[in-house]
Amino acid sequence: MTKAPDWLKPLRGGLYCEPGDFWVDPTRTVDRAVITHGHADHARPGNHSVLATPETIAIMVDRYGERAGAILEETRYGQSTNLGEVKVTLRPAGHVLGSAQVVLEHRGERIVVSGDYKRRRDPTCAPFEPVTCDLFITEATFALPVFRHPDDTTEMQRLLTVRETFPDRALLVGAYSLGKAQRIICLLREAGHDRPIFIHGALEAINATYRRFGIDLGDLRPVMETPKADMAGEIVVAPPSTLNDRWSRRLPDPVTCFASGWMGVRARARQRGVEVPLVISDHADWDELNRTLDEVAAPHVWVTHGAEEALIHAAKLRGFDARALSLVGYDEEAE
Amino acid sequence: MKAFAQLLDALSFQHGRNGKIALLRRYLETTPDQDRGWALSALTGDLSLRQAKPGLVRGLVMERVDETLFKLSYDYVGDLAETVALIWPEQPGANRIPSVSELIETVEQAGKSELPGILSSWFDAMTATERWATIKLITGALRIGVSARLAKTALAQHAGITPDEIEEVWHAVEAPYEDLLAWLDGKGPRPDPSHSAAFRPVMLAHPLDEADLETFDPSDFRAEWKWDGIRIQIVGESGKLRLYTRTGDEIGAAFPDLIESLELDATLDGELLVMRDGVVAPFADLQKRLNRKTVSATMMASHPVHVRLYDILIRAGRDLRTLPFDQRRSELESCYQEQAPARMDLSELVPFKSWGDLSALRSSILTTGVEGLMLKRGDSAYLPGRPKGPWFKWKRDPHLIDAVLMYAQRGHGKRSSFYSDFTFGVWRNGDIVPVGKAYFGFTDEELQQLDKWVRNNSTERFGPVRAVKQELVLEVAFEGLQRSPRHKSGVAMRFPRISRIRWDKPAAEADVIETLEAMLP
Repeated sequence: MTKAPDWLKPLRGGLYCEPGDFWVDPTRTVDRAVITHGHADHARPGNHSVLATPETIAIMVDRYGERAGAILEETRYGQSTNLGEVKVTLRPAGHVLGSAQVVLEHRGERIVVSGDYKRRRDPTCAPFEPVTCDLFITEATFALPVFRHPDDTTEMQRLLTVRETFPDRALLVGAYSLGKAQRIICLLREAGHDRPIFIHGALEAINATYRRFGIDLGDLRPVMETPKADMAGEIVVAPPSTLNDRWSRRLPDPVTCFASGWMGVRARARQRGVEVPLVISDHADWDELNRTLDEVAAPHVWVTHGAEEALIHAAKLRGFDARALSLVGYDEEAE
Repeated sequence: MKAFAQLLDALSFQHGRNGKIALLRRYLETTPDQDRGWALSALTGDLSLRQAKPGLVRGLVMERVDETLFKLSYDYVGDLAETVALIWPEQPGANRIPSVSELIETVEQAGKSELPGILSSWFDAMTATERWATIKLITGALRIGVSARLAKTALAQHAGITPDEIEEVWHAVEAPYEDLLAWLDGKGPRPDPSHSAAFRPVMLAHPLDEADLETFDPSDFRAEWKWDGIRIQIVGESGKLRLYTRTGDEIGAAFPDLIESLELDATLDGELLVMRDGVVAPFADLQKRLNRKTVSATMMASHPVHVRLYDILIRAGRDLRTLPFDQRRSELESCYQEQAPARMDLSELVPFKSWGDLSALRSSILTTGVEGLMLKRGDSAYLPGRPKGPWFKWKRDPHLIDAVLMYAQRGHGKRSSFYSDFTFGVWRNGDIVPVGKAYFGFTDEELQQLDKWVRNNSTERFGPVRAVKQELVLEVAFEGLQRSPRHKSGVAMRFPRISRIRWDKPAAEADVIETLEAMLP
């Protein structure tokens, strides 16, 4: 087997590309950063120059203002930029709006940093594009064969059935503010739910960004401005931290629902006191991770943040040179 | 099986009683008879398939999944049935999913060697939730927090009648209950409960409001001791003998010492106790005999059971329930003389002239095994449920201690945003040791105050639990105390609740463990 490319290094602080002198998703401030997507553990403030998709940059500016970076370089999917001796191209990762894989080419070798990704259809972002390469750096959030996310439409149907069963209670759906919340709203719209959806204040800015990029979210209304009784039988979307928080007391007898890949395991749902676990994930499940390894056909695979052990075992059985990459600073649990 | 799996799944996450009933009703309303009948039998515990051991499903999955991957997964998930359900590699289109009735009938008829193949082919076609539900069903361990009574309550609400009307006929019908369901839908006659040794709904009492005593004439009432066992019903009918809890669960199999040699043609109401040499043992002794499927000879000898009879409902086919209490009491006494059942005696009528007499008696109770007094109107008919007026329970005053709040845990459902489960302790050698946990006794307003106090005084967080500064004193009321090796303090409380929040009392003045130890029986 050929030697693995040696010009991208896992260091404390993230992945450093020497011939290009830049970092991918650095966890400390650097001179030049390439950012895969807008989640706070990947897109941090204070870097001098930032290269990312226009969507990711918009999300960062919403959140960090001037601290997003002194030089913000928007790069559309498929457009290539030379950084030092390295050609950098962003390709869709299908994780959230603007999320990208980073494709790096140097001396005839190609490395793909997947960032966080999923393989199923998501009405709020461009689908993952597999790129063949010599080294593939994959996430592994749900890298156990017990994680096989069910179909989104069946999960949404389940939620709508719950609404019929409890017509006098609000349905409080906990969903991460960036990505998951907007995806849930769009999936509900696709499932024919055209009632107003009530929204926690923390989602407003990011919803506006999604709309600016052409994602139609339908009729959204702030919970803060709605009388309690008007939300009986309605769907409310809020960040997961509100599920057991005092904030939820402004809703009529809420049924607590949580949309996350972790909800596939009952103990995880019970720990959070969730009444309706919805298995909807923005990360690849076990089958998708393995299928992706086969499609990008990289002889060398680095596995990062998550259950590395199982994916490495499965990859080795199929002849890949797979190893764990311990990068600290990324949130393995948040979904 | 699709709908039933979804029902079990939803029930397992639903903590509220009303929420569970809503889910059950929706299922009953949207499911055909055969399936909902079998589902009902599984939920009420009537059905026990128990055809497969968890080891069987483990063996099946190991034929299909890499061992290392299985082990990593099992370590993560922690539950075997769930791991198998999740990890099973689906083969959509491989087979079709059976209905509940098909599944149960097939499993019941399958030979031991056929079962693995049948299960595998079903699992191929099922979703993870359906596999999980199937494994629960065939291993006989639903454990989703639904009692038989709750399932019957949902069925009764669905049909627009009372749960007691279901109980009346329940033991006259068999799964999948076609005749019962036909009756409830108005398409058939009421199943006839006579000759089947069926359970009759039990009459219960309200707690006495002492202020009401002044308006009552003592001569209208009879008094009995309220024994601290479990309320049961013994039914002898057409040669059949059955023992029921007050909610209609049949428990005879665990008490052969009581019923095996019994010949009875009556329906009797009484208290099940453990009794040695005529002395009632503490409730903890009785607990050892409860919730078992079978019982050993040693246990029967060391924990002999006894029934103290309170009432008679049916005697030799005559329904006595509409007669006044006094008349039923004479019937009970003569029936007892005539049939002289072993291991039973009559609950004594406590003579009294005035409420003052009775109040003095109640406060002088020292015997273990007595919870207080029962007051029954002499003219009261035996009515199902908890009618207001004819019967009252007048419990002895609870024990009280002052304990210090140690931990608080968030509740479920309506209370999920409140810290509403409180662990409290008392002093032992300068430290506070936990002695119990309570989640009621306070008003809604007090709960708001407690919740706020917990949030402002947390010292540590463990998931849904917070440790708090050991500063707040709670007055805790409880019914009794037992030794318990499972509790760090060595004692366990019966029925603890928060009776007052002592905002005024410094923690240093809370009780010490020795006070509790002195209360042990």
